[in-house]
Amino acid sequence: MCQNHRVSAKPAKEGISRRRLLGGAAAAAPAVVGLGSLLRGGDGADRARAAAPATGGHTGHAEFPHAAFAAGATVDHRANGFDPSDLLRDFDYGKTRRLASGRVLREWEIVAHDKEIEVAPGVRYEAWTYNGRVPGPTLRAREGESLRIRFVNASQHPHTMHFHGIHRAAVDGMPGIGERQGGGQVQPGEDFIYEFDASPFGLHLYHCHVAPLAAHIARGLYGAFVIDPKQGRPEADEMVMVMNGFDTNFDLANEVYAVNTVGFHYVNEPIAVKRGELVRIYLVNVLEYDPLNSFHVHANFFQHYPTGTSLQPSELTDTVIQGQGQRGILELEFPFDGDYMFHAHVSEFAELGWTGFFRVGDPSSMSRTAAAAAYCKLPWGGGSPS
Amino acid sequence: MEAEARAERSLGDGLPAWALGAIPLALIAVAVGVFALLGGPGLGDRTGPPVEEVAVERTVLRPGEIELTLRNDGPDAVRIAQVAVNDAYAPFAAEDGNEIGRLDSTTLTIAYPWIEGEAYEIFVLTATGGTIDAEIPVAAETPEADAGFYALMALLGIYVGVIPVSLGMLWLPFLGRLGRRWIGAVIAFTIGLLAFLAVDAGLEGLEIAAEAPAAFGGAALVFLGALAAYLALAGVDAHLAQRREGAGAATGGAYLALLVAIGIGLHNLGEGLAIGSSYATGALALGAFLVVGFAIHNTTEGLAIVAPLREGADGGGERPALPRLVALGLIAGAPAILGAWIGASAFNPSLAALLFGVGVGAIVRVIVQIAPSMRDGSGRLLNSTAVAGLLAGIAVMYVTGLLVAV
Repeated sequence: MCQNHRVSAKPAKEGISRRRLLGGAAAAAPAVVGLGSLLRGGDGADRARAAAPATGGHTGHAEFPHAAFAAGATVDHRANGFDPSDLLRDFDYGKTRRLASGRVLREWEIVAHDKEIEVAPGVRYEAWTYNGRVPGPTLRAREGESLRIRFVNASQHPHTMHFHGIHRAAVDGMPGIGERQGGGQVQPGEDFIYEFDASPFGLHLYHCHVAPLAAHIARGLYGAFVIDPKQGRPEADEMVMVMNGFDTNFDLANEVYAVNTVGFHYVNEPIAVKRGELVRIYLVNVLEYDPLNSFHVHANFFQHYPTGTSLQPSELTDTVIQGQGQRGILELEFPFDGDYMFHAHVSEFAELGWTGFFRVGDPSSMSRTAAAAAYCKLPWGGGSPS
Repeated sequence: MEAEARAERSLGDGLPAWALGAIPLALIAVAVGVFALLGGPGLGDRTGPPVEEVAVERTVLRPGEIELTLRNDGPDAVRIAQVAVNDAYAPFAAEDGNEIGRLDSTTLTIAYPWIEGEAYEIFVLTATGGTIDAEIPVAAETPEADAGFYALMALLGIYVGVIPVSLGMLWLPFLGRLGRRWIGAVIAFTIGLLAFLAVDAGLEGLEIAAEAPAAFGGAALVFLGALAAYLALAGVDAHLAQRREGAGAATGGAYLALLVAIGIGLHNLGEGLAIGSSYATGALALGAFLVVGFAIHNTTEGLAIVAPLREGADGGGERPALPRLVALGLIAGAPAILGAWIGASAFNPSLAALLFGVGVGAIVRVIVQIAPSMRDGSGRLLNSTAVAGLLAGIAVMYVTGLLVAV
């Protein structure tokens, strides 16, 4: 998306051929260093002590095929089997039928798979998934319904589904508890049916609870679980944001941060919303290895409903902090057209992928360039928009 | 034994000697070819996922840009996917492509508005999610390798190499007034200096080798360099000795001085390398203190060169001419200039480790060469005077070395 800083492949190739020509290591480096000054155009001004970010750039994508993460490359959503833009408003209501008692029975089938996904352009990660996607499907029910989730473990490893909610121990998805009733740890090739009532209303989550716990969650076994209040909520443009990250080198620290898995995705594909329309964000933090995560929206404030368990907002704010497993519902309207950034206010996470844009207005009349341009002005964006 | 010999004779009967030598080679080539063609039959694949080993060979900082040269040290190709500087992803270009084959290298040019004096941690994310870490302890712009830069490095080499060594050689007249017994002490003092330099250079070489890709030998390069230098000098020595005997000349002192100068020169090459690379990475401030420190430290090297001259003169050799002294000073001091150039512009840890090893080997050879001059009247090598001289030499180098901790 952002055009690269001034390095074009063409002069660099000259450097290679010169090196081969010259042979010896002693001769090679001055040629390369000299090349650097050539690329800078020999302008003394840019040798300032505090180096300025790279700007300008006459190079196009054709001249610069190896784009960097923030420079427009994106992941192969098709190979991943899911696109974060689609996950956003994808609520899985399951299948319903009315029981003799008059209650609604809502059923889902969830299958755990081991699956390699691309979490940042060019970076593949051996994820463990519910239904082949990370985060898993957003299960949505209404308060008081009877829920039945058939969990099939097609992974190489034992897993469970542990729901946040109010239910019996046997269906808690906790290894060592409920095994006599067939619950607890679900071995590869086996399945189990979790049955409980939708209670309390609010925004919850589900995740695997097999030890080592952090590893099983960090691999991708989590999802949002929405229980609507009986009377419902006001109509809104609703979306789910699961704040997550990936420890790609298994050093117990995340290399990539995101909402809905792919770092910087909503920079490349801003979330289109209509001016003056109520936007409701179901925000869940499942990030492992970092104790806190946060959400901040630019140029706006939102009503915060912690855990979504009350219909009265607790605070009008523009930043919320969530610990692991914490979640909340955010409601806001955008009064002005334009591109508005949202990101973790833990700046480190923002710069490692957890950054996106809302695009407010009539989506059909707007180009992608505005958000792209704004992003490219960031220190880590680099260069001008293409 | 005899039976074997007979069998061999009958086996190669009728074939010329070159064919007997070439046949095993040809068979090896065929075997390797077939093995490679069939993909190593019976061995199967590796037992786990590929292990990625990548060494950061060189870091260059330019305004708004950080350049990393990476070398793939592991058995498998590595694909570079993303680069983050201080936990922020940054755009980058890979000069030789994102894929690095075994022992290949690539240079990443990362756009990042770094600030002088700050520290940076870079992680390069590979396609498998592995990370290669690079560290910039103190950011400073890498000097441009232009004429002015080479002039500066030359000046530095002259300051720390040529001038101190030449000054040290001015002790020659003083040595001329010393008695026979004292000359032995001076030679011992010289050997003490050299022993210190050998240990110092060896340790420095090993330190640098730790950063070098293991595939090129790593620490082994230091030892191989030392062995090669020792053997090369021994060979040159044997060759020259034959010629000397043929010519009937007896210039033992001048010859020893030349050997010492070569050994110290090779050592100063490594020293120049260390200074040059430290300067280029901003780790070294070219203060007066440092230059003065080196001057004092290296002045003793000049003494080491002229000590055998005096010894030789005492043994009936001719009085050394000025041009010869200048030449000796340049041989010992000037390599510091070359080292500084290489170190500042094309620093490569493997090359540096090898050069440090060469310096060690050269010095050890010199020590072996001049050690007999320490003998006292009774022919004892480690006599009390010699031991005192050795210890004094080591102590002086240690103390003056404190001035120049690079």
